[in-house]
Amino acid sequence: MLAKRIIPCLDVKDGRVVKGVRFLELKEAGDPVELAVYYDREGADELVFLDITASSEGRHALIEVVRRTARNIFIPLTVGGGIDSVDFIRELLQAGADKVSLNTAALRSPELIDKAAEYFGSQCIVVAIDARRVSGGYTSSPSWEVYTHGGRNLAGIDAVRWAKEAYERGAGELLLTSMDTDGTREGYDLELLERVSSEVPIPVIASGGAGKPEHLLEAFTRGGAHAVLAASILHYHSFRLEEIKTYLKRQGVMVRTVSGYPR
Amino acid sequence: MKSNEIIVLDSGIANVGSVFNALQWLNVPVRVSQLEKEIMEAPGLIFPGVGSFDQGTAELKQKGLDIVVKKFAESNKPFLGICLGMQLLFQYSEEGGKSIYPEGLSLLPGGVRRFPTELPVPHVGWNTVHPLQGHPLFTKILPASFFYFTHSFYVAPARKENILATTEYGDNFASAVVSGNLMGVQFHPEKSGPSGLQLLRNFAEIVYGHRQVG
Repeated sequence: MLAKRIIPCLDVKDGRVVKGVRFLELKEAGDPVELAVYYDREGADELVFLDITASSEGRHALIEVVRRTARNIFIPLTVGGGIDSVDFIRELLQAGADKVSLNTAALRSPELIDKAAEYFGSQCIVVAIDARRVSGGYTSSPSWEVYTHGGRNLAGIDAVRWAKEAYERGAGELLLTSMDTDGTREGYDLELLERVSSEVPIPVIASGGAGKPEHLLEAFTRGGAHAVLAASILHYHSFRLEEIKTYLKRQGVMVRTVSGYPR
Repeated sequence: MKSNEIIVLDSGIANVGSVFNALQWLNVPVRVSQLEKEIMEAPGLIFPGVGSFDQGTAELKQKGLDIVVKKFAESNKPFLGICLGMQLLFQYSEEGGKSIYPEGLSLLPGGVRRFPTELPVPHVGWNTVHPLQGHPLFTKILPASFFYFTHSFYVAPARKENILATTEYGDNFASAVVSGNLMGVQFHPEKSGPSGLQLLRNFAEIVYGHRQVG
């Protein structure tokens, strides 16, 4: 049986981690490589680097960071943010990324998903969806709209419909962020998760809103998520990975526990 | 080259970098190569692969590496196939009951099959591996340890004694195989955290004769 995964996410800009990560024991809080190694050794099941730079200099810095990270962590690494071509995907995979996450560019030209899946295989193509709940309306069932450019622009497509399309075009996983719950630390949007995960047969990674281990449990049991993305719940040391996994295990969730590296 | 280096086969069908990185991190002498001379002189060979069986065999043949891999495998020195690199050791790949590519390396009897359509494919993520026999490749690795998988096909060895470990996905399938000096794993040890690195370390110890196979 497949384990439920916990995936720390690091926001990277110009090759540095942004958004404060408060680890006193680290020499250099902003180094993505050092943080990646830290989370790997703590028992993270995968890692995500989300690049929030748009410049070409930033891209070079990102490739270099991916290369250095791949030499030092031995779990899958996903890289997302501004990926808009098969060539850039190839560059990232060659540098040592195991998967890439597509967002805005896939909405602009959805055939990028088909092409990327064809060239590199569905297993390394993640489609990230930023969704916001549509308020009001006359129907009782809620709906969600997709946003692009880090949540700034409305994409004009229903989130559940886009999720299905992304799957049909060859996405291997979906990274589903609720913009309503993101940053609140009050829990994931379980309704959104449940809707999307019941509509597609591929793994859905829940993102946005985790503040305590109970929220992760809900995402798995009620939301049907295969994995959860975790940022502030880990970065601010509110909870250690081991603590969260012990809790989930006790609640009957299959999680991977780790021992130390053999060196 | 130093003759004690384990070779990671650069077959063009995998990102060999991650296997190289893992061995280097373990301080195991390692080199990436596709040169016959270097491969045949090496004390051990690792053959990583991703992708499809037919493309894999085609690429291998195009470079003449199928013959080199076979020669090495027959030299009795330790050999580790990873993912597609393990699948290619078998005779054929079958789909819908009939064999369509009867041209694997045929070093092990059996075929390669696709997971049934009811299951989400590819099988991606962390799953448990259950060794069926004591083998030095699994030294210091607890039964039911998690390893990282990403594949759509699995091997069905014709001989039970070739199954080294199983994993459950819908049904039980062979997640590790063995036949003398030939070892193969369906999962990616280079992406499987501490357990995966332990397995690679074990392979190195087999290569350098610290642990006897069989």
